[in-house]
Amino acid sequence: MPSILLRLSRFMTRHIDGVLLSAVFLLMFTGLLALLSASNGNYARVSGQMMNMMVALAVMWVFANIPPHYLMRLAVPLFATGCLLLIGVAVAGDVVNGARRWLDIGVTRIQPSELMKIAVPLMLAWYFNRNEASLRLRNYAIATVMLSVPVALILRQPDLGTALLISASGGYLIFLAGLPWRIIAALTAAGLASLPFAWSAMHDYQRQRVLTLLDPSADPLGSGYHTIQSTIAVGSGGLLGKGWMNGTQTHLDFIPERTTDFIFAVYAEEFGLLGNAVLLAMYLFLLGRAMVITANAPTLFARLLAGSITLTFFTYAFVNIGMVSGILPVVGVPLPLISYGGTSLVSICLGFGILMSIHTHKKLVQT
Amino acid sequence: MSELSINPGIEIRDSERELQRFRRRLVLLGIFVLALFGLLFLRFFYLQVVQHGHYSTLAEANRISVLPIAPHRGVIVDRNGVLLAHNYSAYTLEITPSKTGNLEATIDELAGIVEITPRDRRRFRKLLEESKRFESLPIRTRLSDEEIARFAAHRYRFPGVEARARLFRQYPQGEIFSHVVGHIGRINQREIERLEKSGRLANYRGSDYIGKTGLEQSYEEFLHGTTGVEEVEVDSGGRAVRTLSRTPPVSGNNLVLNIDAGLQEVAYNAFGDRRGALVAIDPRTGGVLALVSKPGFDPNLFVDGIDPQSWNELNGSPDKPLLNRAAAGTYPPGSTFKPFMALAALFYGKRPAQQVINDPGYFMFGGHRFRDGRPVPLGAVDMHRSIVVSSDVYYYTLANELGIDPIARFMEKFGFGSRTGIDISGEAAGVLPSTEWKMRRFSRPEQKKWYAGETISVGIGQGYNSYTPLQLASATATLANDGVMYRPHIVNHVEDIRTREKTLIEPEPLRDLALKPEHLKIVKDAMVGVNKEGTSARVFADAPYVAAGKTGTAQVIAIKQGEKYVESRVAERHRDHAWFIAYAPADNPTIALAVIAENSGFGARAAAPVARQVLDYHLLGIRPKQPAETD
Repeated sequence: MPSILLRLSRFMTRHIDGVLLSAVFLLMFTGLLALLSASNGNYARVSGQMMNMMVALAVMWVFANIPPHYLMRLAVPLFATGCLLLIGVAVAGDVVNGARRWLDIGVTRIQPSELMKIAVPLMLAWYFNRNEASLRLRNYAIATVMLSVPVALILRQPDLGTALLISASGGYLIFLAGLPWRIIAALTAAGLASLPFAWSAMHDYQRQRVLTLLDPSADPLGSGYHTIQSTIAVGSGGLLGKGWMNGTQTHLDFIPERTTDFIFAVYAEEFGLLGNAVLLAMYLFLLGRAMVITANAPTLFARLLAGSITLTFFTYAFVNIGMVSGILPVVGVPLPLISYGGTSLVSICLGFGILMSIHTHKKLVQT
Repeated sequence: MSELSINPGIEIRDSERELQRFRRRLVLLGIFVLALFGLLFLRFFYLQVVQHGHYSTLAEANRISVLPIAPHRGVIVDRNGVLLAHNYSAYTLEITPSKTGNLEATIDELAGIVEITPRDRRRFRKLLEESKRFESLPIRTRLSDEEIARFAAHRYRFPGVEARARLFRQYPQGEIFSHVVGHIGRINQREIERLEKSGRLANYRGSDYIGKTGLEQSYEEFLHGTTGVEEVEVDSGGRAVRTLSRTPPVSGNNLVLNIDAGLQEVAYNAFGDRRGALVAIDPRTGGVLALVSKPGFDPNLFVDGIDPQSWNELNGSPDKPLLNRAAAGTYPPGSTFKPFMALAALFYGKRPAQQVINDPGYFMFGGHRFRDGRPVPLGAVDMHRSIVVSSDVYYYTLANELGIDPIARFMEKFGFGSRTGIDISGEAAGVLPSTEWKMRRFSRPEQKKWYAGETISVGIGQGYNSYTPLQLASATATLANDGVMYRPHIVNHVEDIRTREKTLIEPEPLRDLALKPEHLKIVKDAMVGVNKEGTSARVFADAPYVAAGKTGTAQVIAIKQGEKYVESRVAERHRDHAWFIAYAPADNPTIALAVIAENSGFGARAAAPVARQVLDYHLLGIRPKQPAETD
């Protein structure tokens, strides 16, 4: 009997990275605390989120057990499917809240852009890995085109947040793949120069968000309301916070979307600067471990994929916290591992599953 | 650079270099991560430490809302505690236009649940025009329990519509007291400005109503009370979550009037369907016992904004129900002026009481024939008889002898031609003619001059003379009180309902006219004679008390020279007004009054019977069974 248990336990934990998992657990637990407060002590909401976490951890376990080279094989079909689905959305998607993001595939409705969050880095990593031996400028250009297609389709939906995150994940990957500095410099210059054009290409509500960031008080009851109220929540939290479940902004309903995108305002109001520092430290702990895994990844594919996953996770956290504390425009990005919602949890844990897989299948690859 | 020129031959070394380069870039990204997290931390530090005070204040301001609690308005009762204005709690259905999508559709839908009459709709539209969109306005008032239950079941269908328990002002005496008590109404922009100027606006934060007319207006400061405040924690929707602190409102003070509601009612009903006014004053204090203007109106119509149709009916009526005839209507006093003229004669020593004047039925002056309306000339008339039988010629000659300015100077002391200062607004001053008045009144030089002929008709209370019934009642009270004049006042005392403390509105002696008792006796005896053997003897024939009086007839249109006034030939509204002044009991008066019955002809016929009913009720407690009949 003990031996069966031992083998079962070994089977369960063989491809799990304990350090990464503990960092994930810490953040998840913090998320549950914030959620319980944000939902005014609604245990149903919290147990729902715990169910989401179970599912996400299961997905993580499954992906941790899939060797990286299997994933590599998935890259092209997944990316192709994703692109086709995005085109499908553009042609026949359902409009929800003014944006065409959902596609009805008969059984259920899906958001193909979610799939692309993992399919794009997989595809790019696969592509660079394939051309590892003869990387030329052309390859970077092709990679950029491969990245641009889904990003453009998602921008059209319009879904600025997801488009930015996917661009970031691809951008990190191309940077890590060794994009020459002079190209980076040239692109940066070009990017800055094209800002006015980007401005004119934006939708009105997107421009509004940017303008609101520059001066939230210009439209205090409209688009500025979110930023103003969340900033008040953060600022009034002070050094030590108002105490768990005691945030007035939270409990009197001043923070909009406080269980999802704005949950950081709840956390910051109740736990203060100290709590924020602890949260940043937890994220850094997780990111540090993920970087170590990335640095030690055995193949270019694994390295690039791991690096992209790690930095995309960081981008999620930074963009969300920056938005809630009023230094970035309001984009629909959840706070990873903290915000309520299954989709984001699953896709993030899926990424960590891949990281674990990369880390724990290293020896198998090397031998 | 080097990355681009990869040589397949040295793959291992290259991939080692690749790894080194990858790790370098990863470290760069790590630094990037740390830098951005550092930026976030700085932002937190700025918000949570540097600006913490600012944001704490904002959060508190978000959280705490100070709500005004409107005080209960004081009630108004008569001298015996009969309610004249009070509050009752009832439900209203209120709409906040800014929170309602399609207003008309909402009202139509509401009409399916509670009754909404076209009148309610008209009134609501009028309120809507006068108020701001975020104000909550009543569409229906006084909902029944059943209607409230029905609305509660459907309320989810009506965003921006709420049923509220509110205190309503009600005037149970209706039109009888309309011009005394007045009414409240919703506060308008002009009143807001006035309140702001006097620094009282803060106290009206929770109030929707303010006194508009009558006592409701003039005693507003006493009646309103002090608004309380409640500090409540509110959520983002503005809903109160819990109370943090509460300063209760202080109810307004009650008004206790000098008016006797029974007397007022008797007086009002005594007019029957005639138009007119009556003012009864306690001569010993100036306390107003009754102040009637007929017809009145239902003040309850005005409380929540009158609908345009009712307003047009009231405002356009030829009977002028909105005019307070008692204080703002001015009429020539007619022969009721004569006792005061007689006093003037004695005062100036111009004509002793015993002096006999021959009354041939007319007085010729400057080629103009001043008539006495009666068929048989009176012949020899002394002062007593001149009042008892109301000789015109006696006073034509007297006026001519006295001259207009001495008359004006004397009458001024009785308050003729100036506002009495009664405690309701809207009082008219009337006209006390004098050379100076005419100078001021007219612009053309030939009109500015006073002609001696004009003095003649002033002597019998016609001509330019024009006074309010209130002035005449006040003058009569002054006469009854032997020349000591009190300012007429309706309110007896103000009562603090918490402490039961009473603030008396002190009788305010205006002046002592220093009339000689022997002079007073002559005039007063003559006025007793009027009711005993004179013009109103028939009306007072069986009275168990002694009342002094004087009849009067005020011309509405001038009768041409050589023509005779025949009532039946004159249109109803051009007929003479009937006057009667009286006080009783004659030896120790407790009531003095002036009555005018518009277009009712000779004073003794229409006005004296009204006075009789009022005196009977006041002195004997007899409630008449029907309006006073024309004698």
